[in-house]
Amino acid sequence: MLLEIKDLHVNYGAIKAVKGISFYVDKGEIVTLIGANGAGKTTTLRTITGLERAANGTVHFKDKDITNIAPHRIVEMGITHVPEGRRIFTNLTVMENLKMAALLRKDPEGKKASYEEVFELFPRLKERRSQPSITLSGGEQQMLAVGRAIVTGGDLVVLDEPSMGLAPKIVDEIFEVIQRMNKEGKTILLNEQNAFMALSIANRAYVLETGNITIEGPASDLLTDPRVKEAYLGS
Amino acid sequence: MNWLRKNSEVIILPLIYVVIFLLQKNKILNNYVIQIIMLAGVNIIMTQSLNLVNGMTGQNSIGHAGFMAVGAYVSALFSKIIFNAAAMPPTMQTIFFLLATIAGGIGAAIFGFLIGMPTLRLKGDYLAIVTLGFGEVIRSIIRITPAVGAARGLTGIPKLASLFWIFVFVVITIYICRNYMDSAYGRGCLAIRDNEVAADTMGINTSKYKVQAFVTSAFIAGIAGSMYAHTLRYLHPDVFSYTKSTDFLVYLYAGGVGSISGSILGAFILTALPEVLRFMNEWRLVIYGGLLVIIILFRPVGMFGGKEFAFLKLKTGGIQHIGFSNLFQRKTKKTIVANEEASR
Repeated sequence: MLLEIKDLHVNYGAIKAVKGISFYVDKGEIVTLIGANGAGKTTTLRTITGLERAANGTVHFKDKDITNIAPHRIVEMGITHVPEGRRIFTNLTVMENLKMAALLRKDPEGKKASYEEVFELFPRLKERRSQPSITLSGGEQQMLAVGRAIVTGGDLVVLDEPSMGLAPKIVDEIFEVIQRMNKEGKTILLNEQNAFMALSIANRAYVLETGNITIEGPASDLLTDPRVKEAYLGS
Repeated sequence: MNWLRKNSEVIILPLIYVVIFLLQKNKILNNYVIQIIMLAGVNIIMTQSLNLVNGMTGQNSIGHAGFMAVGAYVSALFSKIIFNAAAMPPTMQTIFFLLATIAGGIGAAIFGFLIGMPTLRLKGDYLAIVTLGFGEVIRSIIRITPAVGAARGLTGIPKLASLFWIFVFVVITIYICRNYMDSAYGRGCLAIRDNEVAADTMGINTSKYKVQAFVTSAFIAGIAGSMYAHTLRYLHPDVFSYTKSTDFLVYLYAGGVGSISGSILGAFILTALPEVLRFMNEWRLVIYGGLLVIIILFRPVGMFGGKEFAFLKLKTGGIQHIGFSNLFQRKTKKTIVANEEASR
């Protein structure tokens, strides 16, 4: 087991956002958390990467307890977070954004290779490498956010709503890259509102509803599950 | 020749000093003007210090005069009471002046650490609240401490600061700030300013970088305090009130937050302006305020927002467009819309 969450509780003041969820991610898997707005998906991911504090419960990564450790140390241990809403450095150019992501890497050769890898996956970014990233479209900004995760490295990549606010064509492109990253050996934990997209690439899935996991199982089963169909797939 | 072009500061900075010095020697600038230039120097150091926190790291310190007060009083105590520097030969005076200045800087840095450590671990505007409180607390403590003159003020501080030393410290401060911005620490700070969550997920230890920048800033503010004390020779706690902190904020934001050149020019022009306008008597502050309003209206990013003098530009190339985003956003809204449509 690469990542294991046990009985996780997260509160914002008096509001309980996550009410005791447990799940795990195995090495090499794509696991997705799906659910409506306010279900606690983002909070769960932010707690895993140390941006929120868990009120109760534990997070284990590679058999080490990483509950409530500072975010920068979690990055060093190998979890890369692509936060919700992209969060690129809009003041910097595309290339500078990628260089920022390489901050922790000490191997100059590997750094260069990873820039090339990003540009190969997203030719659009290569065209715009010296452009200030504020001038990128939403889709290109998301590509850059994913590209940064590739440069940072890490064994587990945590993606928070990569499809948010994007055109369907771009969503396809990004999900293709996620699958490709997975084939190259990265484990993926994906948060999605676009349940159909997420379920069609994932191995396993969990459905979150107001802070609790209500349904779990292999993604292919969930795709045909009548409850999921009715609530999230709209058919 | 090429080396000189790349390092033009080697010529420009001594030249500025020589010009001021010659003007002073030939009595073209009287002591009153020189005093104003010296105070402008102190304000430049303070504004640089504030720029490290507000401009580079994106945190809000709104009680920076508190650190200046600590620096001023510590260094004054050091040179007046502990060592009585006034009775020393000139060379010893200089040495003790420098020691007192460093002591002032360290004193302020210690307070910076004590304040920064708990508050900068949080995300949000807590630093603003705490520094605001700190400025007032320091002032109140000084007012009731007889050893530093309490509410009467501290008199008889030896006049050790000179135009030369203030100039030297201004140059050193500018260099420290510029190189800080150009270092890995500075880039970490810029990342935090631009997007703290992204900086976190990039593996930057945000609390550590913020505290480092804040302590450095407090140290520089302490140095400015020492220069101030040894220029005016008299310290009164009420000088370091909230109004003083606001002055530095005005210099910084009118000059151009995030720009080193901006904080130099902002501090210099806005210190000199009220004196230049003195012939207008009671209308002086009206004009001063009016000019500030005009700057904010027509250049919201400050006089030098997003720009630097050539000799202050970062040498690695990299992250130069500081405070660039605001400037850019207005011009390229159309481009962004066009881009978004293209991606649909």
